[in-house]
Amino acid sequence: MSEWEPKIVAFLCNWCSYGSADLAGVSRLQYPHNIRAIRVPCSGRVNPKFILAALRQGADGIWVSGCHPGDCHYIEGNLYARRKFTLLKNLLDYTGMEPERLHFSWISSAEATKFAETARGVVDAVKTLGPARHFIKREAEVA
Amino acid sequence: MRAYTGRIREAAKRLLAENRVDVVIGFRKGTIPLMNEPYLIKSVDQVNQLYWDSNCGINLANYLPKRPDRVGIVAKGCDSRNIVVHILENQIKREQLYIIGVPCKGMLDRRRIMAERNGREPLFAEELEHKVRTVRYELDLTRDRNYFLQDNCRICTHRNPVIYDELVGDLVEEQQVDRYTDVRKIEAMSAEERWEHFEKLIEPCLRCYACRNACPLCYCPTCFVDEARPQWVGKSLDKTDTRTFHFLRAFHVAGRCTDCGACERACPVGIQVRQFTKKMEKDIKELYGYEAGVIADERPPLDTYRPGDPEPFFK
Repeated sequence: MSEWEPKIVAFLCNWCSYGSADLAGVSRLQYPHNIRAIRVPCSGRVNPKFILAALRQGADGIWVSGCHPGDCHYIEGNLYARRKFTLLKNLLDYTGMEPERLHFSWISSAEATKFAETARGVVDAVKTLGPARHFIKREAEVA
Repeated sequence: MRAYTGRIREAAKRLLAENRVDVVIGFRKGTIPLMNEPYLIKSVDQVNQLYWDSNCGINLANYLPKRPDRVGIVAKGCDSRNIVVHILENQIKREQLYIIGVPCKGMLDRRRIMAERNGREPLFAEELEHKVRTVRYELDLTRDRNYFLQDNCRICTHRNPVIYDELVGDLVEEQQVDRYTDVRKIEAMSAEERWEHFEKLIEPCLRCYACRNACPLCYCPTCFVDEARPQWVGKSLDKTDTRTFHFLRAFHVAGRCTDCGACERACPVGIQVRQFTKKMEKDIKELYGYEAGVIADERPPLDTYRPGDPEPFFK
């Protein structure tokens, strides 16, 4: 069997981080292929339910990325998101989840290098932790 | 606190007789000792059933959302804070309400009394000055009433109602306590210990959702646990589902929870569900300096932002 590779779900804002992922591709920047990108209209659209659902279905890490504060396409979506995720991460830590599974970043659509770097950072961090153990829903085993 | 009963009846009678309100929400004596039940009265002849003692822990603000009529409501400190939250969230208008404020000295925890009586239910209970007496046949037990207070009442810092139209007694002295010792104790554990701690905590959970139903904040038309497509929380007693439920419930009341203790009181298996919500309360206080239901014209913390909000782990 080949070496274990983490699955990482990335919620990327359509107006910035998703664009930077695109630019990274066009610019032929290398970053690990463990990222599964999900395009969302704004980082403010990401609901804590999404994150728990991803974990439940076997994601090893979650990465949410949006526009820099002040640059939101919808003026303030990422500023609400900032409060929401700060509290979410604190509560996840508090209930015993490893903090290194959850990543947040601000990446503009011009920052392809930052995107590739952050992607590498996220994958490395999750790899060090190993496969996810918490919040996974094990399906009933059928003979 | 028995003395309040007369004043509450008086106020309710006046309000209904003068047609100031359509309904008064209060408590009446329950059919068994130590259990009072919420009671809605619409006419003056029901007034004498209204009652007040230290077993009125249920949060009456739960009956307010989307009421179209004029309501008189009996509110202790926590109820009044939840009324403020309802007003902020447009669940009811201030003009509709006549708040009969009750300065509170904490409510009794029936479970504690039962434990002290080795599970033998009392047939008779009475409240004396600073004491509670429970009686059944051979066991006549009198204890200091503070000994039986609910956990959240022990650390309550808003015993007096924050908004009211009239008071039924003199304001009581507020406690000066550290509200978060238990949260800090859990924070000091290692991640693995914390996971185990909560695993153990919610193990007996039946997923009856009594905590949700007792909570005045849970008024969504469709609760996330009932949503089917997409289904965010499985319906089974699976460990992950149970944890997801408790986790999201806590997150859902973030910045709105007034720590009234209704959830814990309602839990049939005695899970200390406040352990989740108190962490949120602590963080919000520390990060954003907000306390739910105290100021009536400040937006809730997750419905607003400041340019310089802390972002400790954003890359």
